Amino acid sequence: MLESIIQSLQYIKPEAVLTATFLCAILADLIFKKKEITAAVVIAGILVTAVYVFQQVGESASVFSRMLAVDPFAIFFKFLILLSALIIVFFSLFSNEVNNNKRRIGEYYSLLVAMVIGMFFMVGASNLLMMYLSLELTSISSYLLAGITKEARDSAEASLKYVIYGALSSGLMLYGISIVYGLTGALDIYSVNSVLAQGGTNTITLLIAGALIVAGFGYKISAVPFHFWTPDVYEGAPVSITAFLSVASKAAGFAMLMRFSKVVFIDSSVLSLPAGMWATIHGVVWTDILIILSVITMTLGNLVAIWQDNVKRLLAYSSIAHAGYMLLGLVVLGNDGFAATMIYFVMYLFMNLGAFYVVMLVANKTGSEDIETYKGLGSRAPLLSVCMAIFLISLTGLPPTAGFVGKLYIFAALINAKLIWLAIIGVINSVISLYYYVRIFRNMFLRDTEGEQAPLTFHFAHTFLLLVLVVPTLALGLYFGPLVEFAQYSVAMFGVK
Amino acid sequence: MEYHFLGVGVLTWITFLPIVGMVVVLALPKEKKNAMRWASLAFTILQVLLAGFIFAAFNRNLAGINTMDGMQFKELGTWIDIKSISWFGRIHIDYFLGVDGISTPMVLLTALISFVAVIASWKIEKSVKGYFALLLLLDTGMMGVFVALDFFLFYVFWEIMLLPMYFLIGVWGGPRREYAAIKFFLYTLLGSVLMLLAMLALYFSVSVVDPATGEKIHTFNMLAMMNPANFDPGSILAGLHTYWRYVAYVALFIGFAIKVPIFPFHTWLPDAHVEAPTAISVILAGVLLKMGAYGLLRIAFPIFPDAALKYAYPLAFLGFINIVYGALCAMAQKDFKKLIAYSSVSHMGIVILGLAAFNTQGMMGAVFQMFNHGTITAMLFLIVGVIYDRAHTRGLDDFGGLMNQMPKYSAVMVIAFFAALGLPGLSGFISEAFSFLGAFQTYRWLTIASSVGIVLTAAYMLWTLQRVFLGTLPERWKSLPDINGRELVALVPLAVIVIFLGIYPAPILNIMNASANYLVDVVKNGGALALMGR
Repeated sequence: MLESIIQSLQYIKPEAVLTATFLCAILADLIFKKKEITAAVVIAGILVTAVYVFQQVGESASVFSRMLAVDPFAIFFKFLILLSALIIVFFSLFSNEVNNNKRRIGEYYSLLVAMVIGMFFMVGASNLLMMYLSLELTSISSYLLAGITKEARDSAEASLKYVIYGALSSGLMLYGISIVYGLTGALDIYSVNSVLAQGGTNTITLLIAGALIVAGFGYKISAVPFHFWTPDVYEGAPVSITAFLSVASKAAGFAMLMRFSKVVFIDSSVLSLPAGMWATIHGVVWTDILIILSVITMTLGNLVAIWQDNVKRLLAYSSIAHAGYMLLGLVVLGNDGFAATMIYFVMYLFMNLGAFYVVMLVANKTGSEDIETYKGLGSRAPLLSVCMAIFLISLTGLPPTAGFVGKLYIFAALINAKLIWLAIIGVINSVISLYYYVRIFRNMFLRDTEGEQAPLTFHFAHTFLLLVLVVPTLALGLYFGPLVEFAQYSVAMFGVK
Repeated sequence: MEYHFLGVGVLTWITFLPIVGMVVVLALPKEKKNAMRWASLAFTILQVLLAGFIFAAFNRNLAGINTMDGMQFKELGTWIDIKSISWFGRIHIDYFLGVDGISTPMVLLTALISFVAVIASWKIEKSVKGYFALLLLLDTGMMGVFVALDFFLFYVFWEIMLLPMYFLIGVWGGPRREYAAIKFFLYTLLGSVLMLLAMLALYFSVSVVDPATGEKIHTFNMLAMMNPANFDPGSILAGLHTYWRYVAYVALFIGFAIKVPIFPFHTWLPDAHVEAPTAISVILAGVLLKMGAYGLLRIAFPIFPDAALKYAYPLAFLGFINIVYGALCAMAQKDFKKLIAYSSVSHMGIVILGLAAFNTQGMMGAVFQMFNHGTITAMLFLIVGVIYDRAHTRGLDDFGGLMNQMPKYSAVMVIAFFAALGLPGLSGFISEAFSFLGAFQTYRWLTIASSVGIVLTAAYMLWTLQRVFLGTLPERWKSLPDINGRELVALVPLAVIVIFLGIYPAPILNIMNASANYLVDVVKNGGALALMGR
């Protein structure tokens, strides 16, 4: 036992580095009390972690008595989370909202790292309790971060809502886990799978347990109907945290959901399917749950987004809709669907962070996130507006942008699995989404402000980060071969074919 | 034959020259408005010259359509190639350009109309840089659609046009520009996402053997999609006359029909045309509407001959509705520009009717009508633009007696009007005659009914002529200046083409002859096979 634990330790080097970073960030804050130094520590920590994650590429192992899986699937998401964390640190450095809280700035960066640690465990967790614990670690850090600007009332409100919904969902999830344990007598997902595969499990009870566990995942990925916290939290939290929640936290939630869906419900005895496809255990309606979840998530997200006047809130609903598109990839029960969701996440990282970043820059200068502020922005800040237009076009999913490639793979997976009507619902949703994205660039370019407004100028570093986000948004739309190859390689999970 | 300049193929040049122009325009300092105009003009002139070269070097005997050897000025390179893995085949997207007799007239038209549009845009003063940059981007998108032979590439070009068009209408348009622009955008996007799904379904159904490695790979190559042998047995679109083939055809059809526009998908058109600035109306009517019909010819018909033949009669019937309904709507208009917009609906109906006949005359007539409608309607919109620039009104009842006030203008106008109503001796007559001749063989009564549209067209055109140009000149227009040199530069080349092709249509007909013939064969044979297979 002890030996296996010691052997397992080498597999959690990245997590260990992150933990060290967390502590160093607190210390750095205590000693120097300068945000630049704390941030530098965090950046260095993230980069070192990236090196260790890079060393893990190619590994496929289950460690700590099947608590954690270190496999290409987890590594893909670890890279994704690190990349977005890195970008978010820079966001935070540039954000007035964050910088105005001088007293809590140290906590801010260390909590960010704590959240990353939680997500690292989420993407690898292969035991129901581990899943629950890592989810909680991430959630608790994010409750604090959402409310970090305590002075702002909406931030405090956001944080409180977040806590309440979070507590409810994780309670439901825990209850679901306990039912599963009662049914199968196992907590690690491989054993759960083998017990379920033997049959004889009460399907109604299993359905209830599944639905309860979905509540936990659904809350993390903000799928309808577990999305109620999302708009308020996204609106109330600082933009940098909103952006982080909308990308990294969602990615971790998706990774966990994907691993859970595949490992627990796969029927390994069915071998007649084409390569890369799998069947669910007989009598489990998991796919139907996911179909319903994805259709209502994207449709509701899109329809409600139309009515939003706060750009941050609009993007919150848009991110709900995107969770719906990504869920479509899970419905397929095939590697191509999973790969599509993973590709989508990379595209989504750049375009969504980009859109939020523009919102942050505009809020820095004007102090407002209202859609009216964007009037005439096209002439006041041409480069910023053009970049925003590119991000929005990409979110809509038009070529030649990254978002198009993401959608292309999702719909390709659906078509290939002959889920044509689902694909049609998906594309109609993206037409609807165009309408509200257009509202933003309509204001930027088609409408003028009353009276002459001074042009907005931005610091060189701010513009540079904008370009760092916009270039991949365009480039991945035109050339996506290597990314797709990496994603397809990374669908492999430990222990399942 | 393949032609290269500086190591880059001629079709790449003609497609991406405007992008180079766009970069130049963007690089110019903000105050140099004239430099931007001249730069745009220079790049469109270069494009016209290249189009002229293609016209001259084009081999009239090759048919193209579904044969690799028949395509001319080919450029084939790998764009994206993702290695095969056990559970997902190799993904292969080509950068594949080429033209045949169907696309060459459209390439000529696009180059010509873009050039005319730049001249017509000379008076734009509001953010000149953005305007010309977007116009040139639009130009690339349009040209790309007509030269792309890889479906993925086609789709990318098709979608690239949407955004510039949205802004060109939305920023520089008339009072209801926002509404018109978003309506255009949403309609077209709805059509293109359906096309996307059909494209993906085709992709997964078609595979070819890669000569290099011997493995079967899925492909977006349109020519491969046209060969029934390439459809994998058991794939979703395999076989003939299957449910999903019909669904895919209808999805493609809706995508293209919105662009044509075919009734009942036409409602974006009057709004977009009326609100768009003159040059953009010219492009919309001159080129964009052709894309829908071109898509049917290039993609929908040869890939789904079974469905095309099955739905030929409904298609013809929609053509009939377009002709008569468009003409009746045009007749009811009080706004000059809206009248022209509805006349486009009517004239595109003739194209659809001709296509639906699936015989050589109909096909030739339809493609020729696409070209002619491009030139004639461009003229009509320019004519409306000229009068609107001077009088700031387009109300048909506000005018009268302009013939004496603006003699040169009236001369050009008369050519355009008579061409539009199909007067013999002008290009519109020939293509309409061919289309109706072709259609008459297949759909006797429908064609007879459609010919009512010609009478109606003559009626509203002549009535408009009477209201605007004859009668007494209202007092307030006594000082209207006649057409100026710049406007003539835009109109005269079009007028010359309209007259010349009216008298001697051979130069364009020769280009399309082989391809149109062969396309009919492809569809008919595909359909015949289908009937046997049933």
